[in-house]
Amino acid sequence: MTDYPADAILVLLETSPTGELAKSATGLLGAAALIGTPVALAVTAPGRGDAQALAEQAAAAGAERTLVVETDAVQTQLTVPQVDALAAAAGAVAPDAVLISNSIEGRDIAGRFAARTSAPIAVDAIGVSRDDEGVVARHSVYGGAYNLESAATFGPLVVTVRQGAIESRAEARPIALETLELQASGAEATTIESVEAIEEASSRPELRGATRVVSGGRGLGSAEKFALVEELADALGAAVGASRAAVDAGYIPANHQVGQTGVSVSPQLYIALGISGAIQHKAGMQTAKNIVAVNKDPDAPIFEVADFGVVGDVFTVVPQLISALAERKR
Amino acid sequence: MKIIVLVKEVPDTYGERKLDLETGLADRAASESVLDEISERALEVALAHAGSADGVEVVLLSMAPESAAATIRKGLAMGAASAVHIADPALAGADLGLTARTLAAAIRRTGFDLVITGNLSTDGSGGVLAAMLAELLEVPNATALSSVEITADSVSGTRSTDDRAMRVSAPLPAVISITEALPDARLPNFKGIMAAKKKPFETLTAADLGIEPQDLSVASSIMTAIAEKPPRTAGVKITDEGDGGTKIAEFLIENRLA
Repeated sequence: MTDYPADAILVLLETSPTGELAKSATGLLGAAALIGTPVALAVTAPGRGDAQALAEQAAAAGAERTLVVETDAVQTQLTVPQVDALAAAAGAVAPDAVLISNSIEGRDIAGRFAARTSAPIAVDAIGVSRDDEGVVARHSVYGGAYNLESAATFGPLVVTVRQGAIESRAEARPIALETLELQASGAEATTIESVEAIEEASSRPELRGATRVVSGGRGLGSAEKFALVEELADALGAAVGASRAAVDAGYIPANHQVGQTGVSVSPQLYIALGISGAIQHKAGMQTAKNIVAVNKDPDAPIFEVADFGVVGDVFTVVPQLISALAERKR
Repeated sequence: MKIIVLVKEVPDTYGERKLDLETGLADRAASESVLDEISERALEVALAHAGSADGVEVVLLSMAPESAAATIRKGLAMGAASAVHIADPALAGADLGLTARTLAAAIRRTGFDLVITGNLSTDGSGGVLAAMLAELLEVPNATALSSVEITADSVSGTRSTDDRAMRVSAPLPAVISITEALPDARLPNFKGIMAAKKKPFETLTAADLGIEPQDLSVASSIMTAIAEKPPRTAGVKITDEGDGGTKIAEFLIENRLA
Protein backbone atom coordinates (compact mmCIF):
# COMPACT_ATOMS: atom_id res chain seq x y z
CA MET A 1 0.00 0.00 0.00
CA THR A 2 1.54 3.25 -1.04
CA ASP A 3 -1.47 5.53 -1.17
CA TYR A 4 -1.25 6.86 2.38
CA PRO A 5 -0.73 10.60 2.70
CA ALA A 6 2.93 11.61 2.76
CA ASP A 7 2.26 13.73 5.85
CA ALA A 8 0.20 11.07 7.64
CA ILE A 9 -0.18 11.35 11.40
CA LEU A 10 -1.28 8.06 12.89
CA VAL A 11 -3.82 8.46 15.70
CA LEU A 12 -4.68 5.58 18.00
CA LEU A 13 -8.37 5.84 18.86
CA GLU A 14 -9.43 4.83 22.34
CA THR A 15 -12.71 3.10 22.87
CA SER A 16 -14.95 2.95 25.93
CA PRO A 17 -15.66 -0.40 27.62
CA THR A 18 -18.78 -0.64 25.46
CA GLY A 19 -16.89 -0.08 22.20
CA GLU A 20 -17.81 3.57 21.62
CA LEU A 21 -15.23 6.09 20.49
CA ALA A 22 -13.68 7.69 23.60
CA LYS A 23 -13.85 11.45 24.13
CA SER A 24 -10.06 11.76 23.77
CA ALA A 25 -10.36 10.97 20.04
CA THR A 26 -11.60 14.39 18.90
CA GLY A 27 -8.65 16.15 20.56
CA LEU A 28 -6.14 13.67 19.13
CA LEU A 29 -7.56 14.02 15.62
CA GLY A 30 -7.68 17.80 16.09
CA ALA A 31 -4.01 17.77 17.06
CA ALA A 32 -3.12 15.51 14.14
CA ALA A 33 -4.83 17.83 11.66
CA LEU A 34 -2.60 20.68 12.87
CA ILE A 35 0.54 18.84 11.78
CA GLY A 36 -0.53 16.62 8.90
CA THR A 37 -3.25 14.31 7.63
CA PRO A 38 -4.94 12.29 10.37
CA VAL A 39 -5.09 8.53 9.79
CA ALA A 40 -6.92 6.79 12.61
CA LEU A 41 -6.44 3.30 13.97
CA ALA A 42 -9.06 1.49 16.03
CA VAL A 43 -8.46 -1.86 17.70
CA THR A 44 -11.67 -3.61 18.56
CA ALA A 45 -13.21 -6.99 19.25
CA PRO A 46 -14.73 -8.72 16.21
CA GLY A 47 -18.39 -9.53 15.83
CA ARG A 48 -19.71 -6.51 17.67
CA GLY A 49 -20.12 -4.40 14.57
CA ASP A 50 -18.08 -1.59 16.09
CA ALA A 51 -15.87 -0.99 13.06
CA GLN A 52 -18.37 0.93 10.92
CA ALA A 53 -19.58 3.07 13.81
CA LEU A 54 -16.03 3.86 14.88
CA ALA A 55 -15.04 4.80 11.32
CA GLU A 56 -18.08 7.10 11.09
CA GLN A 57 -17.31 8.82 14.35
CA ALA A 58 -13.61 9.12 13.49
CA ALA A 59 -14.40 10.61 10.08
CA ALA A 60 -16.74 13.11 11.71
CA ALA A 61 -13.85 14.09 13.98
CA GLY A 62 -11.46 14.51 11.03
CA ALA A 63 -9.88 11.14 10.21
CA GLU A 64 -8.90 10.95 6.53
CA ARG A 65 -9.32 7.23 6.85
CA THR A 66 -9.77 4.77 9.64
CA LEU A 67 -7.87 1.52 9.87
CA VAL A 68 -9.61 -1.10 11.94
CA VAL A 69 -7.98 -4.13 13.46
CA GLU A 70 -10.40 -6.69 14.82
CA THR A 71 -9.02 -9.14 17.33
CA ASP A 72 -10.36 -11.14 20.25
CA ALA A 73 -7.07 -10.58 22.05
CA VAL A 74 -8.12 -7.03 22.88
CA GLN A 75 -10.54 -8.43 25.45
CA THR A 76 -8.14 -10.81 27.13
CA GLN A 77 -4.68 -9.25 26.84
CA LEU A 78 -3.31 -6.02 28.19
CA THR A 79 -1.49 -3.57 25.90
CA VAL A 80 0.11 -6.07 23.50
CA PRO A 81 -2.79 -6.37 20.95
CA GLN A 82 -2.88 -2.60 20.51
CA VAL A 83 0.91 -2.44 20.18
CA ASP A 84 0.86 -5.19 17.55
CA ALA A 85 -1.87 -3.33 15.66
CA LEU A 86 -0.03 -0.04 15.94
CA ALA A 87 3.19 -1.63 14.67
CA ALA A 88 1.33 -3.06 11.67
CA ALA A 89 -0.39 0.27 10.96
CA ALA A 90 2.80 2.30 11.34
CA GLY A 91 4.55 -0.12 8.99
CA ALA A 92 1.87 0.44 6.35
CA VAL A 93 1.29 4.16 6.83
CA ALA A 94 4.86 5.37 7.57
CA PRO A 95 3.56 8.30 9.62
CA ASP A 96 5.49 11.42 10.60
CA ALA A 97 4.19 11.04 14.14
CA VAL A 98 2.00 8.72 16.19
CA LEU A 99 -0.45 10.38 18.58
CA ILE A 100 -1.82 8.45 21.54
CA SER A 101 -3.89 9.61 24.50
CA ASN A 102 -1.89 10.17 27.68
CA SER A 103 -4.22 7.85 29.58
CA ILE A 104 -3.02 4.88 31.59
CA GLU A 105 -3.79 2.53 28.70
CA GLY A 106 -2.38 4.98 26.16
CA ARG A 107 0.92 5.43 27.99
CA ASP A 108 1.45 1.67 28.18
CA ILE A 109 0.76 1.26 24.48
CA ALA A 110 2.98 4.24 23.60
CA GLY A 111 5.80 2.98 25.81
CA ARG A 112 5.81 -0.55 24.40
CA PHE A 113 5.39 0.69 20.84
CA ALA A 114 8.24 3.19 21.14
CA ALA A 115 10.51 0.56 22.69
CA ARG A 116 9.62 -1.99 20.01
CA THR A 117 10.22 0.37 17.10
CA SER A 118 13.11 2.29 18.72
CA ALA A 119 11.12 5.46 18.17
CA PRO A 120 11.66 8.51 20.37
CA ILE A 121 8.76 9.27 22.68
CA ALA A 122 7.38 12.59 23.94
CA VAL A 123 5.02 12.22 26.90
CA ASP A 124 2.13 14.30 28.19
CA ALA A 125 2.22 16.84 25.37
CA ILE A 126 -0.17 19.78 25.66
CA GLY A 127 0.28 20.79 22.04
CA VAL A 128 1.93 19.81 18.78
CA SER A 129 3.25 21.82 15.86
CA ARG A 130 5.42 21.31 12.83
CA ASP A 131 8.53 23.18 11.79
CA ASP A 132 10.96 22.69 8.87
CA GLU A 133 12.52 19.70 10.55
CA GLY A 134 9.41 17.88 11.62
CA VAL A 135 6.92 17.44 14.41
CA VAL A 136 7.44 19.31 17.68
CA ALA A 137 5.66 18.44 20.95
CA ARG A 138 4.95 21.06 23.63
CA HIS A 139 5.02 20.16 27.30
CA SER A 140 4.17 21.90 30.55
CA VAL A 141 6.29 20.50 33.39
CA TYR A 142 6.86 20.85 37.13
CA GLY A 143 3.21 21.64 37.68
CA GLY A 144 3.07 24.19 34.89
CA ALA A 145 6.15 26.16 35.99
CA TYR A 146 8.05 25.53 32.74
CA ASN A 147 7.17 25.13 29.09
CA LEU A 148 9.32 22.82 27.01
CA GLU A 149 9.41 21.68 23.43
CA SER A 150 10.78 18.38 22.24
CA ALA A 151 11.37 16.74 18.89
CA ALA A 152 12.86 13.60 17.37
CA THR A 153 16.44 13.63 16.09
CA PHE A 154 15.02 11.70 13.13
CA GLY A 155 12.14 9.39 12.31
CA PRO A 156 8.59 9.46 13.63
CA LEU A 157 7.91 10.86 17.09
CA VAL A 158 5.53 8.97 19.38
CA VAL A 159 3.53 11.54 21.34
CA THR A 160 1.16 10.96 24.24
CA VAL A 161 -1.26 13.88 24.37
CA ARG A 162 -2.71 15.17 27.65
CA GLN A 163 -6.46 14.64 27.69
CA GLY A 164 -8.43 17.83 27.28
CA ALA A 165 -5.35 19.89 26.37
CA ILE A 166 -6.08 20.26 22.65
CA GLU A 167 -8.86 22.70 21.82
CA SER A 168 -8.42 22.56 18.08
CA ARG A 169 -10.87 20.34 16.19
CA ALA A 170 -10.45 18.86 12.72
CA GLU A 171 -13.02 19.23 9.96
CA ALA A 172 -15.22 16.23 9.24
CA ARG A 173 -14.20 14.09 6.28
CA PRO A 174 -15.93 11.40 4.26
CA ILE A 175 -15.96 7.97 5.86
CA ALA A 176 -13.15 5.69 4.71
CA LEU A 177 -12.86 2.37 6.47
CA GLU A 178 -10.04 -0.05 5.87
CA THR A 179 -9.50 -3.34 7.68
CA LEU A 180 -6.01 -4.24 8.64
CA GLU A 181 -4.88 -7.79 9.33
CA LEU A 182 -3.24 -8.20 12.69
CA GLN A 183 0.25 -9.59 12.74
CA ALA A 184 0.39 -10.91 16.29
CA SER A 185 3.88 -10.53 17.71
CA GLY A 186 3.37 -13.34 20.19
CA ALA A 187 4.84 -11.07 22.88
CA GLU A 188 3.87 -12.32 26.31
CA ALA A 189 1.04 -10.23 27.72
CA THR A 190 -0.74 -9.76 30.99
CA THR A 191 -4.12 -11.50 31.06
CA ILE A 192 -7.26 -9.46 31.67
CA GLU A 193 -9.34 -11.68 33.95
CA SER A 194 -12.33 -9.41 34.38
CA VAL A 195 -13.36 -5.86 33.56
CA GLU A 196 -15.87 -3.65 35.26
CA ALA A 197 -16.86 -0.30 33.83
CA ILE A 198 -16.64 2.44 36.45
CA GLU A 199 -20.05 4.03 36.24
CA GLU A 200 -20.19 7.63 37.25
CA ALA A 201 -23.37 7.89 39.27
CA SER A 202 -24.23 11.31 37.89
CA SER A 203 -24.44 13.16 34.64
CA ARG A 204 -21.67 15.55 35.72
CA PRO A 205 -18.86 16.17 33.26
CA GLU A 206 -15.72 14.10 33.59
CA LEU A 207 -12.97 15.75 35.62
CA ARG A 208 -10.32 15.20 32.97
CA GLY A 209 -10.87 17.65 30.17
CA ALA A 210 -13.66 19.55 31.97
CA THR A 211 -14.01 23.26 31.19
CA ARG A 212 -15.19 24.02 34.73
CA VAL A 213 -14.13 22.31 37.92
CA VAL A 214 -15.32 22.79 41.49
CA SER A 215 -13.03 21.14 44.04
CA GLY A 216 -13.33 20.63 47.76
CA GLY A 217 -10.74 20.06 50.44
CA ARG A 218 -10.43 19.11 54.06
CA GLY A 219 -12.27 22.33 54.93
CA LEU A 220 -15.54 20.66 54.01
CA GLY A 221 -15.21 18.58 57.15
CA SER A 222 -17.09 15.41 56.23
CA ALA A 223 -18.35 13.30 53.36
CA GLU A 224 -21.91 14.52 54.01
CA LYS A 225 -20.92 18.18 53.91
CA PHE A 226 -18.89 17.56 50.73
CA ALA A 227 -22.29 17.57 48.98
CA LEU A 228 -21.98 21.36 48.98
CA VAL A 229 -19.14 21.05 46.45
CA GLU A 230 -21.33 18.88 44.25
CA GLU A 231 -24.21 21.31 44.56
CA LEU A 232 -22.10 24.22 43.33
CA ALA A 233 -20.63 22.04 40.58
CA ASP A 234 -24.15 21.21 39.38
CA ALA A 235 -25.17 24.87 39.46
CA LEU A 236 -22.23 25.63 37.14
CA GLY A 237 -22.33 22.45 35.07
CA ALA A 238 -18.86 21.72 36.41
CA ALA A 239 -16.92 18.56 37.19
CA VAL A 240 -16.18 17.71 40.81
CA GLY A 241 -12.58 17.61 42.03
CA ALA A 242 -10.92 17.25 45.39
CA SER A 243 -7.63 17.73 47.19
CA ARG A 244 -5.66 14.73 48.33
CA ALA A 245 -6.58 15.60 51.92
CA ALA A 246 -10.28 15.28 51.08
CA VAL A 247 -9.68 11.98 49.30
CA ASP A 248 -7.56 10.60 52.14
CA ALA A 249 -10.27 11.65 54.60
CA GLY A 250 -12.74 9.59 52.57
CA TYR A 251 -15.00 12.46 51.50
CA ILE A 252 -14.86 11.40 47.84
CA PRO A 253 -13.30 8.60 45.73
CA ALA A 254 -9.69 8.91 44.56
CA ASN A 255 -10.55 9.35 40.88
CA HIS A 256 -11.60 12.92 41.76
CA GLN A 257 -8.19 13.88 43.13
CA VAL A 258 -6.63 16.92 41.48
CA GLY A 259 -2.92 17.46 41.80
CA GLN A 260 0.55 16.09 41.45
CA THR A 261 -0.54 12.50 41.96
CA GLY A 262 -4.10 12.84 40.72
CA VAL A 263 -5.57 14.41 37.64
CA SER A 264 -4.07 17.55 36.12
CA VAL A 265 -6.73 19.93 34.90
CA SER A 266 -6.60 23.12 32.83
CA PRO A 267 -10.20 24.33 32.90
CA GLN A 268 -11.56 27.77 32.08
CA LEU A 269 -12.72 28.02 35.68
CA TYR A 270 -11.41 26.30 38.80
CA ILE A 271 -13.15 26.90 42.12
CA ALA A 272 -11.28 25.68 45.22
CA LEU A 273 -13.42 25.33 48.33
CA GLY A 274 -11.74 24.72 51.69
CA ILE A 275 -8.49 23.79 49.96
CA SER A 276 -5.33 25.23 51.50
CA GLY A 277 -3.37 24.89 48.27
CA ALA A 278 -0.37 22.67 48.98
CA ILE A 279 2.20 22.74 46.19
CA GLN A 280 1.09 19.25 45.17
CA HIS A 281 -2.45 20.45 44.65
CA LYS A 282 -1.43 23.61 42.82
CA ALA A 283 0.68 21.48 40.48
CA GLY A 284 -2.52 19.95 39.15
CA MET A 285 -4.62 23.07 38.67
CA GLN A 286 -2.60 26.27 38.37
CA THR A 287 -2.78 26.26 34.59
CA ALA A 288 -6.53 26.94 34.93
CA LYS A 289 -7.53 30.17 33.16
CA ASN A 290 -9.49 31.53 36.14
CA ILE A 291 -9.13 30.44 39.75
CA VAL A 292 -11.58 31.27 42.52
CA ALA A 293 -10.85 30.25 46.11
CA VAL A 294 -12.83 30.28 49.33
CA ASN A 295 -10.97 29.49 52.55
CA LYS A 296 -11.21 30.46 56.20
CA ASP A 297 -7.46 30.94 56.51
CA PRO A 298 -6.37 34.29 55.02
CA ASP A 299 -2.82 32.93 54.70
CA ALA A 300 -3.79 29.80 52.75
CA PRO A 301 -1.37 29.41 49.79
CA ILE A 302 -4.31 28.89 47.43
CA PHE A 303 -4.86 32.67 47.53
CA GLU A 304 -1.41 33.18 45.94
CA VAL A 305 -2.75 31.77 42.68
CA ALA A 306 -6.39 32.81 42.93
CA ASP A 307 -7.77 35.45 40.60
CA PHE A 308 -10.60 35.98 43.05
CA GLY A 309 -10.31 34.90 46.66
CA VAL A 310 -12.78 35.13 49.49
CA VAL A 311 -11.60 34.71 53.07
CA GLY A 312 -14.63 33.21 54.73
CA ASP A 313 -16.64 30.18 55.68
CA VAL A 314 -17.51 27.95 52.71
CA PHE A 315 -20.77 27.04 54.43
CA THR A 316 -22.04 30.63 54.27
CA VAL A 317 -20.30 31.88 51.11
CA VAL A 318 -21.12 28.94 48.84
CA PRO A 319 -24.87 28.68 49.56
CA GLN A 320 -25.11 32.42 48.86
CA LEU A 321 -23.20 31.93 45.60
CA ILE A 322 -25.49 29.08 44.58
CA SER A 323 -28.62 31.14 45.19
CA ALA A 324 -27.11 34.14 43.39
CA LEU A 325 -26.48 31.89 40.37
CA ALA A 326 -30.01 30.49 40.59
CA GLU A 327 -31.39 34.03 40.83
CA ARG A 328 -29.65 34.95 37.61
CA LYS A 329 -31.05 31.97 35.75
CA ARG A 330 -34.60 33.02 36.49
CA MET B 1 12.80 -15.01 43.77
CA LYS B 2 14.57 -11.83 42.82
CA ILE B 3 12.56 -8.59 42.84
CA ILE B 4 14.13 -5.47 41.37
CA VAL B 5 12.61 -2.20 42.55
CA LEU B 6 13.26 0.88 40.46
CA VAL B 7 13.86 3.87 42.70
CA LYS B 8 14.23 7.49 41.74
CA GLU B 9 15.66 10.53 43.43
CA VAL B 10 13.45 13.54 42.75
CA PRO B 11 13.30 17.17 43.85
CA ASP B 12 11.11 17.46 46.94
CA THR B 13 7.69 18.75 45.86
CA TYR B 14 7.42 20.62 49.16
CA GLY B 15 9.95 23.11 47.81
CA GLU B 16 10.38 25.13 44.65
CA ARG B 17 11.61 22.94 41.81
CA LYS B 18 13.81 24.47 39.15
CA LEU B 19 15.05 23.55 35.72
CA ASP B 20 18.34 24.89 34.41
CA LEU B 21 17.37 27.13 31.49
CA GLU B 22 20.74 26.53 29.78
CA THR B 23 20.76 22.76 29.82
CA GLY B 24 17.11 21.97 30.43
CA LEU B 25 18.18 19.60 33.21
CA ALA B 26 16.83 19.54 36.73
CA ASP B 27 18.66 22.04 38.92
CA ARG B 28 19.57 19.65 41.72
CA ALA B 29 21.08 22.38 43.85
CA ALA B 30 17.86 24.40 43.87
CA SER B 31 15.85 22.07 46.05
CA GLU B 32 16.09 19.19 48.48
CA SER B 33 16.35 15.79 46.86
CA VAL B 34 14.32 12.91 48.23
CA LEU B 35 13.48 9.34 47.37
CA ASP B 36 10.27 9.61 45.38
CA GLU B 37 7.31 8.62 47.54
CA ILE B 38 5.97 6.28 44.87
CA SER B 39 9.39 4.55 44.74
CA GLU B 40 9.10 3.98 48.48
CA ARG B 41 5.66 2.43 48.03
CA ALA B 42 7.01 0.19 45.27
CA LEU B 43 9.77 -0.90 47.62
CA GLU B 44 7.21 -1.54 50.35
CA VAL B 45 5.34 -3.97 48.05
CA ALA B 46 8.59 -5.90 47.52
CA LEU B 47 9.60 -5.83 51.19
CA ALA B 48 6.14 -6.92 52.32
CA HIS B 49 6.38 -9.92 50.01
CA ALA B 50 9.93 -10.67 51.17
CA GLY B 51 8.61 -10.66 54.72
CA SER B 52 5.88 -13.20 53.95
CA ALA B 53 7.67 -15.62 51.61
CA ASP B 54 10.97 -17.45 51.77
CA GLY B 55 13.95 -16.79 49.55
CA VAL B 56 12.88 -13.38 48.25
CA GLU B 57 15.74 -11.01 47.44
CA VAL B 58 14.98 -7.33 46.92
CA VAL B 59 17.41 -5.33 44.78
CA LEU B 60 17.24 -1.57 44.26
CA LEU B 61 18.05 -0.16 40.86
CA SER B 62 18.50 3.50 40.02
CA MET B 63 19.97 5.52 37.20
CA ALA B 64 20.99 8.85 38.68
CA PRO B 65 23.99 11.11 39.23
CA GLU B 66 26.58 9.99 41.76
CA SER B 67 25.14 12.44 44.28
CA ALA B 68 22.00 10.30 44.52
CA ALA B 69 23.83 7.45 46.28
CA ALA B 70 22.77 8.63 49.73
CA THR B 71 19.12 8.72 48.66
CA ILE B 72 19.35 5.21 47.21
CA ARG B 73 20.90 4.00 50.48
CA LYS B 74 17.68 4.94 52.23
CA GLY B 75 16.11 2.02 50.39
CA LEU B 76 18.78 -0.28 51.79
CA ALA B 77 18.04 1.06 55.27
CA MET B 78 14.36 0.27 54.70
CA GLY B 79 15.28 -3.35 54.02
CA ALA B 80 16.43 -3.99 50.44
CA ALA B 81 19.31 -6.47 50.23
CA SER B 82 21.48 -4.66 47.71
CA ALA B 83 21.57 -1.76 45.30
CA VAL B 84 22.70 -1.16 41.75
CA HIS B 85 23.39 2.47 40.90
CA ILE B 86 24.02 3.43 37.29
CA ALA B 87 25.94 6.70 37.61
CA ASP B 88 27.47 8.08 34.45
CA PRO B 89 27.76 11.75 33.48
CA ALA B 90 27.27 10.70 29.85
CA LEU B 91 23.72 9.66 30.77
CA ALA B 92 22.74 13.11 32.06
CA GLY B 93 19.76 14.30 30.07
CA ALA B 94 19.10 10.80 28.70
CA ASP B 95 15.73 10.58 26.94
CA LEU B 96 13.20 7.89 27.79
CA GLY B 97 14.51 5.53 25.13
CA LEU B 98 18.11 5.63 26.38
CA THR B 99 16.92 5.43 29.99
CA ALA B 100 14.84 2.34 29.23
CA ARG B 101 17.64 0.63 27.30
CA THR B 102 20.14 1.30 30.08
CA LEU B 103 17.82 0.13 32.86
CA ALA B 104 16.81 -2.95 30.85
CA ALA B 105 20.49 -3.86 30.39
CA ALA B 106 21.08 -3.53 34.14
CA ILE B 107 17.97 -5.59 34.94
CA ARG B 108 19.13 -8.36 32.60
CA ARG B 109 22.61 -8.29 34.13
CA THR B 110 21.21 -8.57 37.67
CA GLY B 111 18.62 -11.18 36.72
CA PHE B 112 14.98 -10.84 37.81
CA ASP B 113 11.64 -12.50 38.41
CA LEU B 114 9.72 -9.31 39.01
CA VAL B 115 10.41 -5.62 38.40
CA ILE B 116 8.36 -3.12 40.41
CA THR B 117 8.18 0.59 39.59
CA GLY B 118 5.99 3.49 40.62
CA ASN B 119 3.28 4.37 38.10
CA LEU B 120 4.38 8.01 37.75
CA SER B 121 7.38 9.85 39.15
CA THR B 122 6.63 13.18 40.78
CA ASP B 123 9.11 15.02 38.56
CA GLY B 124 8.97 13.67 35.02
CA SER B 125 5.47 12.16 35.34
CA GLY B 126 6.20 10.16 32.20
CA GLY B 127 4.51 6.98 33.26
CA VAL B 128 5.77 4.98 30.28
CA LEU B 129 8.92 3.37 31.62
CA ALA B 130 7.33 0.20 33.01
CA ALA B 131 5.80 -0.60 29.61
CA MET B 132 9.03 0.24 27.79
CA LEU B 133 11.03 -2.05 30.08
CA ALA B 134 8.52 -4.88 29.64
CA GLU B 135 8.87 -4.64 25.87
CA LEU B 136 12.68 -4.56 26.00
CA LEU B 137 12.79 -7.42 28.51
CA GLU B 138 10.18 -9.36 26.50
CA VAL B 139 7.88 -9.91 29.48
CA PRO B 140 4.29 -8.87 30.31
CA ASN B 141 3.51 -5.43 31.75
CA ALA B 142 0.87 -5.00 34.44
CA THR B 143 0.72 -1.32 35.24
CA ALA B 144 -1.15 1.01 37.58
CA LEU B 145 -1.92 -1.74 40.08
CA SER B 146 -3.81 -0.61 43.16
CA SER B 147 -3.46 -4.02 44.78
CA VAL B 148 -0.78 -6.65 44.21
CA GLU B 149 -0.58 -10.35 44.99
CA ILE B 150 2.69 -12.11 44.28
CA THR B 151 3.08 -15.89 44.17
CA ALA B 152 6.09 -18.04 43.28
CA ASP B 153 5.28 -17.92 39.58
CA SER B 154 2.76 -15.13 39.00
CA VAL B 155 1.70 -11.63 39.87
CA SER B 156 -1.87 -10.37 39.86
CA GLY B 157 -3.79 -7.35 41.03
CA THR B 158 -6.42 -4.71 40.48
CA ARG B 159 -5.86 -2.14 37.80
CA SER B 160 -8.05 0.94 37.71
CA THR B 161 -8.06 3.28 34.76
CA ASP B 162 -10.29 6.29 34.15
CA ASP B 163 -13.32 4.35 33.06
CA ARG B 164 -12.81 0.74 34.11
CA ALA B 165 -11.45 -1.49 36.84
CA MET B 166 -9.94 -4.81 35.89
CA ARG B 167 -8.42 -7.86 37.49
CA VAL B 168 -5.19 -8.78 35.76
CA SER B 169 -2.56 -11.49 36.15
CA ALA B 170 0.74 -12.33 34.53
CA PRO B 171 3.21 -15.16 34.76
CA LEU B 172 6.66 -14.26 36.06
CA PRO B 173 9.00 -12.80 35.01
CA ALA B 174 7.03 -9.56 34.61
CA VAL B 175 7.20 -5.80 35.07
CA ILE B 176 4.55 -4.10 37.19
CA SER B 177 3.90 -0.53 38.27
CA ILE B 178 1.93 0.42 41.34
CA THR B 179 -0.17 3.42 42.35
CA GLU B 180 -0.26 5.43 45.53
CA ALA B 181 -3.33 3.45 46.60
CA LEU B 182 -0.82 0.95 48.01
CA PRO B 183 0.35 1.34 51.60
CA ASP B 184 2.85 3.89 52.84
CA ALA B 185 6.39 2.62 53.12
CA ARG B 186 7.93 1.54 56.41
CA LEU B 187 10.40 3.93 58.00
CA PRO B 188 14.02 2.86 58.23
CA ASN B 189 14.99 2.15 61.85
CA PHE B 190 18.40 2.54 63.47
CA LYS B 191 19.25 -1.13 62.96
CA GLY B 192 18.33 -0.85 59.30
CA ILE B 193 20.43 2.25 58.83
CA MET B 194 23.47 0.56 60.41
CA ALA B 195 22.95 -2.63 58.38
CA ALA B 196 22.62 -0.62 55.16
CA LYS B 197 26.25 0.45 55.43
CA LYS B 198 27.40 -3.14 54.97
CA LYS B 199 25.02 -4.08 52.15
CA PRO B 200 26.32 -4.56 48.60
CA PHE B 201 26.15 -1.28 46.65
CA GLU B 202 27.29 -1.58 43.08
CA THR B 203 28.01 1.46 40.92
CA LEU B 204 27.97 0.97 37.15
CA THR B 205 28.69 3.07 34.09
CA ALA B 206 26.91 2.91 30.75
CA ALA B 207 29.96 1.11 29.31
CA ASP B 208 29.67 -1.61 31.98
CA LEU B 209 26.24 -2.31 30.53
CA GLY B 210 27.31 -2.16 26.91
CA ILE B 211 25.35 1.04 26.36
CA GLU B 212 26.69 3.80 24.12
CA PRO B 213 24.92 6.99 25.30
CA GLN B 214 26.00 9.11 22.34
CA ASP B 215 24.93 6.65 19.66
CA LEU B 216 23.54 8.98 17.01
CA SER B 217 22.30 6.13 14.85
CA VAL B 218 19.45 5.62 17.34
CA ALA B 219 16.63 8.15 17.06
CA SER B 220 16.16 10.08 20.26
CA SER B 221 13.96 12.78 21.69
CA ILE B 222 15.66 16.12 22.27
CA MET B 223 14.56 19.25 24.04
CA THR B 224 14.41 22.08 21.53
CA ALA B 225 13.14 24.92 23.71
CA ILE B 226 12.60 25.74 27.36
CA ALA B 227 11.05 28.73 29.06
CA GLU B 228 10.01 29.52 32.58
CA LYS B 229 6.41 30.57 32.91
CA PRO B 230 5.96 33.77 34.84
CA PRO B 231 4.56 32.81 38.24
CA ARG B 232 0.84 33.21 38.58
CA THR B 233 0.05 36.34 40.51
CA ALA B 234 -2.64 36.67 43.10
CA GLY B 235 -5.69 38.64 42.04
CA VAL B 236 -8.33 40.13 44.29
CA LYS B 237 -8.70 38.82 47.83
CA ILE B 238 -11.62 39.99 49.92
CA THR B 239 -12.82 39.05 53.37
CA ASP B 240 -16.39 37.84 53.52
CA GLU B 241 -18.60 40.49 55.09
CA GLY B 242 -21.84 38.70 54.43
CA ASP B 243 -21.74 39.21 50.66
CA GLY B 244 -18.82 36.94 49.69
CA GLY B 245 -21.03 34.57 47.69
CA THR B 246 -22.66 37.43 45.79
CA LYS B 247 -19.24 38.90 45.02
CA ILE B 248 -18.06 35.59 43.54
CA ALA B 249 -21.22 35.40 41.44
CA GLU B 250 -20.50 38.92 40.14
CA PHE B 251 -16.91 37.95 39.32
CA LEU B 252 -18.11 34.88 37.41
CA ILE B 253 -20.73 36.80 35.48
CA GLU B 254 -18.36 39.66 34.64
CA ASN B 255 -15.86 37.16 33.24
CA ARG B 256 -18.54 35.16 31.43
CA LEU B 257 -17.82 32.12 33.53
CA ALA B 258 -21.36 31.53 34.73
